[in-house]
Order: sequence, then structure tokens, then C-alpha cells
Amino acid sequence: MSAAFDIIASAGLWAAVLRIATPLILGTLGALLCERAGVLNLGIEGIMTFGAMIGWLTVYNGADLWIGFLVAAVAGGLFGLLHSLLTVTLGLSQHVSGLGVTLFASSFSYYVFRLAVPVAGTPPTITPFQPIAIPGLSDLPFFGPAFFSQTTPTYLAILLALVLAYVIFRTPLGLAIRMTGENPHAAEAQGINPMVVRYGAVIIGSALMGMAGAFLTLAAFNSFFPTMVQGRGWICIALVVFASWRPVRALLGGLLFAFFDGFQLRLQTVLGGAVPYQLFLMIPYILSIVALALMARRARVPQALMQPYRRGER
Amino acid sequence: MSKPVLEIVGVSKRFGTTVANDKISLSLAQGEIIALLGENGAGKTTLMSILFGHYVADEGQILVDGQELPQGKPRAAIRAGIGMVHQHFALAPNLTVLENVITGTQSLWSPKLRRSDARTKLLTISERFGLKVDPDARLGDLSVGEQQRVEILKALYNEARILVFDEPTAVLTQTESERLFATLKDMAAQGLSLIFISHKLDEVMSAADRVIVLRGGRHVAERRTSETSKAELAELMVGRTVTRPVREPSTPGDVVLEAAAVTIRSDGIDRLKAVDFRLHAGEVLGIIGVSGNGQHVLAQLLSGTRSKTAGDLLLYGKAVDKLSVADVVSAGIGRIPEDRNKEGAIGEMAIWENAILERVKAFSRGGLVDRKAAVAFTQTIIDRFDVRGGSPTSRIRLLSGGNMQKLIFGRNLINRQRILLAAQPARGLDEGAVAAVHERILEAKRQGTAVLLISEDLDEVMALADRIQAIVGGRLSPAISAEEASARKLGLMMAGEWTSEVPHAV
Repeated sequence: MSAAFDIIASAGLWAAVLRIATPLILGTLGALLCERAGVLNLGIEGIMTFGAMIGWLTVYNGADLWIGFLVAAVAGGLFGLLHSLLTVTLGLSQHVSGLGVTLFASSFSYYVFRLAVPVAGTPPTITPFQPIAIPGLSDLPFFGPAFFSQTTPTYLAILLALVLAYVIFRTPLGLAIRMTGENPHAAEAQGINPMVVRYGAVIIGSALMGMAGAFLTLAAFNSFFPTMVQGRGWICIALVVFASWRPVRALLGGLLFAFFDGFQLRLQTVLGGAVPYQLFLMIPYILSIVALALMARRARVPQALMQPYRRGER
Repeated sequence: MSKPVLEIVGVSKRFGTTVANDKISLSLAQGEIIALLGENGAGKTTLMSILFGHYVADEGQILVDGQELPQGKPRAAIRAGIGMVHQHFALAPNLTVLENVITGTQSLWSPKLRRSDARTKLLTISERFGLKVDPDARLGDLSVGEQQRVEILKALYNEARILVFDEPTAVLTQTESERLFATLKDMAAQGLSLIFISHKLDEVMSAADRVIVLRGGRHVAERRTSETSKAELAELMVGRTVTRPVREPSTPGDVVLEAAAVTIRSDGIDRLKAVDFRLHAGEVLGIIGVSGNGQHVLAQLLSGTRSKTAGDLLLYGKAVDKLSVADVVSAGIGRIPEDRNKEGAIGEMAIWENAILERVKAFSRGGLVDRKAAVAFTQTIIDRFDVRGGSPTSRIRLLSGGNMQKLIFGRNLINRQRILLAAQPARGLDEGAVAAVHERILEAKRQGTAVLLISEDLDEVMALADRIQAIVGGRLSPAISAEEASARKLGLMMAGEWTSEVPHAV
């Protein structure tokens, strides 16, 4: 028990939690925005992979880190455009189309990566985002190293959660997005074009997914390898449900999962001798399923989620 | 009459080879209520969808205050002051009343949703027209009648001066409908112009100033309600004389189904409270009452989808404790469910599949469905029960309500049933289909079937039932005979006033 307490009391754990949470928060916000407009975007896993690759590649070729981040967002948006074409304009099954986008984007990432970077024993690296010190706060004992020594994209992700919450619940645009996700016919009857709303939400949501991927190669780590997203996209899809489609809860959900993950990593080093470390790897996923079961039962799913909208049809 | 606020001039619309609207013209004056009367498929809804910009007309134009309205743009229609109250409400159950009303009313790029101004405006309007709602209630928690109020408020909030109601009473109970028409008249008195779509003659006669009759996509007649009659309108609407059949007195046979003090409790509420009834072979027993008074639970009990909490149920003289759906089928109880789309048919499945669903075993051979026999069986139903608009292999969703109901009757009556449970069998049907459905019920009775007719339509019950009991708050009144029944008396019974009446011997 004291081992667990020591882990929780260490500033290092909390710093890691924020770092691990960042891509989850960004990805969850992206998926959440798509779903609020009524489109399930299972392209997330592939879009994150592509974002990780293209962001890294851009920086590797000499561009600024922020340009890499931006390129990843634009690339994500383009995959969003593809997903919209398939699901909104053509009205295809959102599941199938999303899985298609994931498979395509993942394979396309490896392909581009192999073309651009020759096979090498150790993957080439870049200089990633460095933690920035926040004057005054970073020097606090415990809290400073735990919470205020992060890279800028982490702060950006937290800020984005708050901004998205404001947009969704406090602006006319957010209401239009929610109405589109609940009943596109009602949105149309009020003069809102649900097709345009869905395109916009999916493109911007996918851009966030691209940024989530880019964080992995540009801040959390310094090189790209094809399997690095490791199911984080699927975790984000589950976190959307866990968060009941609310951005601030998505932020908390991302942090909770990251806590489980950071905790098990440290637990491995303490108890690693006793049991195979793979057991610890399972912990965050098991706890996530439990949390999901407890939290999401009362959730109100957007009523038109996964329903294609066709004009004049009921 | 003052200058028209709305003119529809020579509008035509074709879908493939079907002509939905053929050069329809009409005009609407300020403060006037007109009814668009026609059977299902006459083109009423298409015309109004063109008006509201959901469709673009192939030819013709729409003038609002003499200005041409651009077509295919709901936003332009809203701006011109046209509001639509849809039959299937255009509302989102997970959002609040206020959110439903104000969606799209403020610039989408404005950084802040102005809720408090909106709330004040909504409350002012709701006060002015007597449409009470709680702006912060979740829409899905409201009753259907309240949801319709929100739909109306939404149009008024958009400053609509011309309101279109698409079959507004289709989903309402009788009391709610009466309230709605009072509101409509009040709105017209305050200078709004209203169009309502309907196929119900009573409400057209009582609420509209003028009636426009559509048939087969064409404008066939126009009458002032003060100068016409229900009979004339019915004939214009259907294109031939339609008369609803009326019961003939008969001698009932043995008791086939008896309930003694049956109670059904769920979630701590008594849905049925010690109800008694006896159903005889060869009679129609009418259960009349406003929707939501326990009819649904009663129907579920007899369909085997809900079991009783207390009391005795005797089927063919034998006490039954629990009925399963399979028991019900094998006992020869036919069911016409209240909601034909949800419980009566599976829209995406073929007509033949729907026809044999409850007797798949009879159409199985070596573990496979004998498709040929099933299709042949379905064809017999289609021929015998005059189901139009589909072959056995087409999806049942494509049938009109009346034809779907005919198929459901056929499925139940083709092998004579000993008991037929018919819940709201004519709800939402047009005049021709109502007559057909009523004829089937009387025919079943003549052949000795015991019919339990659950309905909230006074005319229907008085035309068909041999004995009538009222259902109020889960209780059943004693039965009165058809000869004793009058609209006034039934009205009192439906209001729960039967205690002073001497129960008639059963």
C-alpha cells in the first residue's frame, strides 16, 4: 500500500499524467465534436497515426515545431473531409467508412514514411517541444514540477477543452451543432443546413485528431514508428461516451485514464519482479471499462448519431 | 375579403412518373383559417413542403404579400413569415424547450447565445396565445400535446404570420385536439393566417372558414364551411359516396373471455384497477376512453406481453394465470395493435414476411421457410382484403396506413379467430379505409368472433359496439348496451361519471 502511496505522492507521476493525457484529450475532443453533429468518426486511430507521421516528417525536414503541428491538423482535416464525403454526402455507414479511413490513413502513413525516410537501425529523431516554465507557478514545491512544467501543446489541449465546452453550450453555433446531432430535420426546419454543419464538425474534429497524433511525435517522443498510436484512438472513442459528450468531462476522462496509465508504469518498476509486466499494461484498460460502465449508463446519446441525413426523407 | 397574404399559383410537382401536385392554386387571407382536405396521398403534404422550401416545384409560384418567394430555401420561407408545425415534430428530445425554440434564430457566428432575451420573448408569446410551457424542461419529458405546443411556439417565435399545421391532431387525444382548435381560433382572431392539413371531416367543419379539397394531386373543390356539409366533403374527398357500415343487432353466444377484478401494477402504480368484463362470441364489446387511461396495458394483457398482478382471467371458461404470446396465438386471439408501425409491422421486411411472422412454423419445411407457400398465402390475403399498393415481395413500409391496416386485419382474420382484439383500429386512416376496417370488424362478428374494440372515437364505438364500457384511470365502468348509449351518456362515462347509473345486467 505504501508503494502505491509513494507513487501518488511523487511529482513525476503527475507530470507524466498530464503528458500522457494530452493526446487523449485532443483526440477525445475531436471525436466528441464529430459525434455532437451526429457523425461517428472511427477514422481517429488512422488519423492520429497520420498526424504523428506527417507532423514529425515536416519538422524532420527543417520546419518549425508549430508548423509541424499545423500540417498535422490540416492533414487530419483532409481525412475528415474524406469521411464527410462518404458519410454525409453519400450517406454510407459511419462505422464502415470510419474503419476504412483508419485502415487507409494508417497504411498511407507507413508508405509515406518509408518513401521519405530510408530504413535505418535506429529511427531518426528531432528536437521535440520542451517543457516551458511558468513564472511563479513552476517554482512551487510539488505543484510546480507536477503541473506547471509541461510543453505548450498540453496547456493548449486543456484550453481547447474549455473553449469547446463554451462553443457547444454557450453559442448559437454550438446549439446548431447539437441540434444537428439530435435531429437534423429540426435543424433544417430552422434554416440550418445540417450537411454543412456535419462537414464543418467532422473536418475540425478530425483536425484535432491529427494534432493529437502530432503530440506523440513532437512532444511526448522525438521519432515516429508505425505502431506508436497503439489504440489511443479507440480509447478516445470510449472516452467520448465516458464523458457523456461533454468537453470538460472529456478533459477529466483523459486525465483519469492517463493517471491509470502513469500509475501502472511506475507500479511495474516497484512490483515488476513479482508478476509479468503485461499484467500492469492491462490495468488502465480494465479500469476504463469499469469507469465506463459506471459513468455512461445515464448518458444521453445524440439521437441522430450514425443516422445519415437525406433531405425530404423522414 | 382583404388582400391575400399568401397565394399559391399553379404549382405542380412530379416524383418520377407520379404527379403529386397538378397545377394547384389557392389563396389565404389575413385572419383566415383554411383546411386542406384530402385522403392520404392526395398531395397535401407535398404542397406544404413546397411552400416551406423542403421541395422545389416543377412549375408555379408562391407569393407572400404579393412578393414571390424563392423556392427550396426553408430560411427564406421563415423570413417571409411562414411557419410549419410538422406532423412528426421537428424537435430534439434531449434539448430543452428554450433551446429547441431558439436554434437557428441567432447569428451562428455570434460569440454568445442570448438566452435571457430569448426566454423573455418566448414567455411573452406563450402568454399571449395561452400556450403554457416550461422553457427549461427537457423536451423529451413533455407529453405529445406539450411538444406540439413547443412546435407552435417555435413558429411564432420566428414571427410567423402564416402557419401551416400538418395533420395536427393525428397524435393528439380528443381533449388535446379540442384545446388545439381553441388556440387556432384565438390565433386567427389575433390576425394570423392558418392552413391546416387534415382528412378528418369533423375538425375541418368545426375549425376552418374555408375548405380546399385535394384529390389525386388536383384541386377538386373549394367550399366555405358554412355552405357545405360533412357528407358533401366526404364525397368530394373520396370521389365517390362512402358510407361507414353500422352494426345490426345480434344474439351473442357464450362467454369466451372473462376478467374478474383484474389488477395490473407496475412501478408502484395501478395501471388497471380491478377491472371486470365479459366478452361473448359474436359480439363487439367497445372499450371507450381518452388515450392513456390504461387501454394500452389492457391490450398488452390480452396480447400476452404483460401479466396481471391480481384477479382472475378466464379464457374459454378456464382460468389462466399467465399468457405468453405463443399461448395467445394458439388460443386463436387475433390482435390489431394500436401502433401499426411499431407493433403491427416491421417496415423494412417484405409484406409476405410480415404476413406469416406469427405462424412461421406453418410455413416451415425441413427447417427452411417455404417461401412459395408463404407468398401464395400472402397473395390470398392481398386479394381477399383488398390490399393495394404492393406485391407480396415489396417492403411493407411502402404501403399506406390504410393498406397496411388491411393487411394486418387480413393476417388475423384469414383463418377465423375466436377472439379479435382491435386497439384504435381506425386511427390515422382516411375515410375510405375507415369504412373498410369497420366492415371487417362487423364481418368478423357475424362469423362468431368475439371482438374487443378499444377506441377513443365516440362515433366508431357507437357504430360498431353491441355493449360499451368506459375506461378511466385504469378502471372500467359497467357495460351499457348500444341501445342505451348516447354521445352525452358516453361522454359522462368517459369523464368517470358512472357511479350513479344502475349497472346494466350483462
